[in-house]
Amino acid sequence: MNASFRISGAGRLNQAKTASFSFDGKSYLGTEGDTLASALLANGVHLVGRSFKYHRPRGFLSAGAEEPNALVQIVRDDARKTPNVRATVQELYDGLTANSQNRWPSLAFDVGAVNDIASPMFSAGFYYKTFMWPKSAWLNFYEPKIRSAAGLGVSPDRPDPDHYAARYAHCDVLVLGGGAAGIAAALAAAETGVRVILADEQAEFGGSLRFESGAKIEGENGFDWAQAAIAKLKALDNVRVLSRTTAFGYYAQNFVGLVERVSDHLKSPGRELARERLWQVRAKRVVLATGAIERHMVFANNDRPGIMLASAARAYLNHYGVAVGRNVGIYTANDSAYAAAIDLRKAGVNIAAIVDLRDNPSGPVIDEARGLGIEINFGRAVVSAGGKLRVSSMTVQPKNGGGERTIAVDAILMSAGWTPSVHLFSQSRGKVAFNEETRRFVPGAYAQDCMSVGACNGTDGLDATIDEAYAAGAQAARDAGGKDSSGKMGQGARPKVDGSESWSRGMLGAAPGAGPGTTVKAFVDFQNDVTAKDIRQAVHEGMHSIEHVKRFTTNGMATDQGKTSNMHGLAIAAETLGKPIPQVGLTTFRAPYTPVTFGSIVGHARGALFDPTRRTATHGWAAAQGAVFEDVGQWKRAWYFPKAGEDMHAAVNRECVTVRKAAGLFDASTLGKIEVVGPDAAKFMELLYTNPWEKLEPGRCRYGIMLREDGFIYDDGVVGRLAPDRFHVTTTTGGAPRVMHHMEDYLQTEFPHLNVWLTSITEQWAVIAVQGPSARKIIEPLVEGIDMSDEALPHMSVREGKICGVPTRLFRMSFTGERGFEVNVPADYGEAVWEALWAEGQKHGATAYGTETMHVLRAEKGYIIVGQDTDGTVTPNDAGLDWAVGKKKTDFVGIRGMMRADLVAKSRKQLVGLKTKDPKVVLEEGAQIVEDPKQSIPMKMIGHVTSSYWSENCGRSIALALVAGGRDRMGQTLYVPMPNGTIEVEVTGMVFVDEKGERLNG
Amino acid sequence: MLLIRCPYCEEERPELEFRNAGEAHIARPTNIAAESDDDFEKFFFIRSNPKGVIYERWRHIHGCARFFNAVRDTVTDKFVMTYKAGEPKPAKLPGASK
Ligand SMILES: [Zn+2]
Repeated sequence: MNASFRISGAGRLNQAKTASFSFDGKSYLGTEGDTLASALLANGVHLVGRSFKYHRPRGFLSAGAEEPNALVQIVRDDARKTPNVRATVQELYDGLTANSQNRWPSLAFDVGAVNDIASPMFSAGFYYKTFMWPKSAWLNFYEPKIRSAAGLGVSPDRPDPDHYAARYAHCDVLVLGGGAAGIAAALAAAETGVRVILADEQAEFGGSLRFESGAKIEGENGFDWAQAAIAKLKALDNVRVLSRTTAFGYYAQNFVGLVERVSDHLKSPGRELARERLWQVRAKRVVLATGAIERHMVFANNDRPGIMLASAARAYLNHYGVAVGRNVGIYTANDSAYAAAIDLRKAGVNIAAIVDLRDNPSGPVIDEARGLGIEINFGRAVVSAGGKLRVSSMTVQPKNGGGERTIAVDAILMSAGWTPSVHLFSQSRGKVAFNEETRRFVPGAYAQDCMSVGACNGTDGLDATIDEAYAAGAQAARDAGGKDSSGKMGQGARPKVDGSESWSRGMLGAAPGAGPGTTVKAFVDFQNDVTAKDIRQAVHEGMHSIEHVKRFTTNGMATDQGKTSNMHGLAIAAETLGKPIPQVGLTTFRAPYTPVTFGSIVGHARGALFDPTRRTATHGWAAAQGAVFEDVGQWKRAWYFPKAGEDMHAAVNRECVTVRKAAGLFDASTLGKIEVVGPDAAKFMELLYTNPWEKLEPGRCRYGIMLREDGFIYDDGVVGRLAPDRFHVTTTTGGAPRVMHHMEDYLQTEFPHLNVWLTSITEQWAVIAVQGPSARKIIEPLVEGIDMSDEALPHMSVREGKICGVPTRLFRMSFTGERGFEVNVPADYGEAVWEALWAEGQKHGATAYGTETMHVLRAEKGYIIVGQDTDGTVTPNDAGLDWAVGKKKTDFVGIRGMMRADLVAKSRKQLVGLKTKDPKVVLEEGAQIVEDPKQSIPMKMIGHVTSSYWSENCGRSIALALVAGGRDRMGQTLYVPMPNGTIEVEVTGMVFVDEKGERLNG
Repeated sequence: MLLIRCPYCEEERPELEFRNAGEAHIARPTNIAAESDDDFEKFFFIRSNPKGVIYERWRHIHGCARFFNAVRDTVTDKFVMTYKAGEPKPAKLPGASK
């Protein structure tokens, strides 16, 4: 049994193949091949939504992607509730569940519709005017209320369970749009053998041939010709045909983004299918065949359900076999609506009347309509539509005023003419030009290697369209390097047009009855509820630029981006301003052409695949020991190693004490490492670091500071000189890539005369720090070929030799203040050497420690961490590191910047230690410091805490801070105001443990 | 996404492989420590920021890793040409009529 508005024998669907679906909880029967829109219309359902601002009842305006009204929520399961799906695009599948949006408690009775009655409150610019005061109310009151009242569907509240694919593609000719023009262009290009991609947003190719019953190509019905041509193209190896694929963005150098909807039309897609696929296509040439979109008439209550574009009604009838009403009125300003009347009349639908704004038009379609006995009224306007949840009548009046007549209808089909779809052309940065004669914007100056053909180029008529498109496809192929291998390329082989429809102009702006001085609700932008009156009001209130009018009224700013409304809005603004349309200008079209899901943009880059994870060689060992990890950039670093029953605090306290009493092992592999090699290596180091390097003996290390040219600290690290021409440089963990970049920059561009080679070796060496009084005893038994005595291997030295039989660069250095070593071994041996050292360490009571203990121990010694204790505005002097700046040097990066007046001022913030008066109180990092806690707010802040920890070794809290003139404040009491009270602190030196540094050698 | 021609690799590669490195043809003074405040300001802080043709440094960081120079139009984003680091500013730009 078929739905009541399905016309037997009409359309192209197999009406025997039914599919059931539900809308707002009610079950319906559709036909396979339907869209949700055609299936609902087949059941006589026009009311599908409530409008955004006024909550007015809305139905279907269109049969395609330009739909502003019929947005629904498609529900597959709890996690798959896609909002704002255009019912005119969603393909029906058996079991489809859809709900209307933006209504409460029900579609037919919506409380929010009170906004319609109170609409004077909600006129143009109301967002700006109404919700301005008080400012705080915006966040707490207005915004949440507006959002809940004017929602566009409900976002799913669970993670998206679907997956999204991504493809890159290159081609010679990319054809966007698969109507007659696009197919003809693709056929011509494909003949030459070049690589062609043809994409169309619809499930089936054909574009307007879907409804143009008068089109005949190669002796066939236009739509049938299109299917045969597509089958032919699909069979070619050099052609890729993509249906359900929207070109949403046209970017620089013919880079085009397309989204292919892979499985939204399937009943049970299954996990093996992606939901959507993002195509990123680079094309040598692009052919735009994007067609044109019909405009509605702007008259009072033109938004009532049942009022739609004439071409949409034809698509519903000629393709889906659905009549949009039984007693249909037509309101038009051009010829194309007549074809709708004729098609419907022939299908047995009563046409109540055609109302044509034009005075005395003539032509074959008009004659044909008249011949079918349809009443035609010239020079008249529909000044209002009756009915609320469904249109019930149209009120007709002579266009210059006069007696009204009301005609009962159950649908009104309208056409104000056609707007070329120049969206992608405009995105390509092409400039549109206004054609005065046809009153439309068409492609003007091109910015990229593309061509527009057919309706989107303002070309009228099927014959001219195919002519132009076929020639353009061949031209694009030739320009892309294709050869005419068939020898037939050109006019001879182009598809022959045997029958076509021609469309005439139409009108722009408000129709009579909705013009200046009227206050009726004649909608220009349906989705954002913008009326002709709103646009006039915006101009009257001083918005003279179309960009301002757009933002003030929100015309064209909804998810449909004004596909049907922009030209009307522009014409009304121009009329009100008394300026010609091109002087007012068209707003800029931006990507995406239609909304794109985040899923398709993100693709597989989410969860574990969002960002690479870097793990050190000992990661598995640490995990097995129960280490807790922290993220440091892309690295996973062991944070602390809790024993049974220990919380973080207890574990860190134990680790800290054990390192200073016995020893500790720490994985320092993430430190950046760069090898600086070559005859001029020392000269290069002299230029890149503040320290002197020429005289550093091979086998010795130095703590180096790197500045930017502005004189501020950029990075630091211990550098070992392995040989006269070879330095092993370490950097901070986070700084490794930028330090390498910085070094390469200077080497390649400022000091290219230096003979130096830079190699990143971060990944090549695993680094095991062994620190503490027992450190040497732990390492010594495993080492070959290195004398580890204090005399032979003093603090800050480096030797090459073997450990556990594998090569090592053994550094004697310390970031804890204890006797310390850093054992570098090839990364593949990192875990084995760690385990050997761990086994030795066990004999001496050593602990493994993580980054938290590392931080505490270094802070106890006042060793800074670049990026924590410095912030890009700290000089070596500020950090108390003047000793590391070579005083006799005449050049290094930052030497001049460091001399700037502000950088040597006495009042600068300097790094100092802080001790809280109450030793148990641990300051918060980032807390601000003041001199006088009793001053009025806002207080004068003189610095902030950069590092702060509980130090079990000191039995108290310790902190480092940047404080203005800090080094002259030793012993002073300062204050840290916090929400729970002010904390008293004393300014101290930066070293809290072993001030003399004896333990380094102890 | 732009395509940028690396003058060392001698081919066009996607923008993602490159990193911009600021304005080109600003030489670091040889005796920088002796620069006056004004001269250091000009060298370090002042940039041309033109509407139209700009000379920039780029690095093929995810490719050959070389720094090179590029001429780009800041209005259209189009690359006019690229050339190797150390080469002089081109006297004439391809396609330029002025
Ligand atoms: Zn390169």
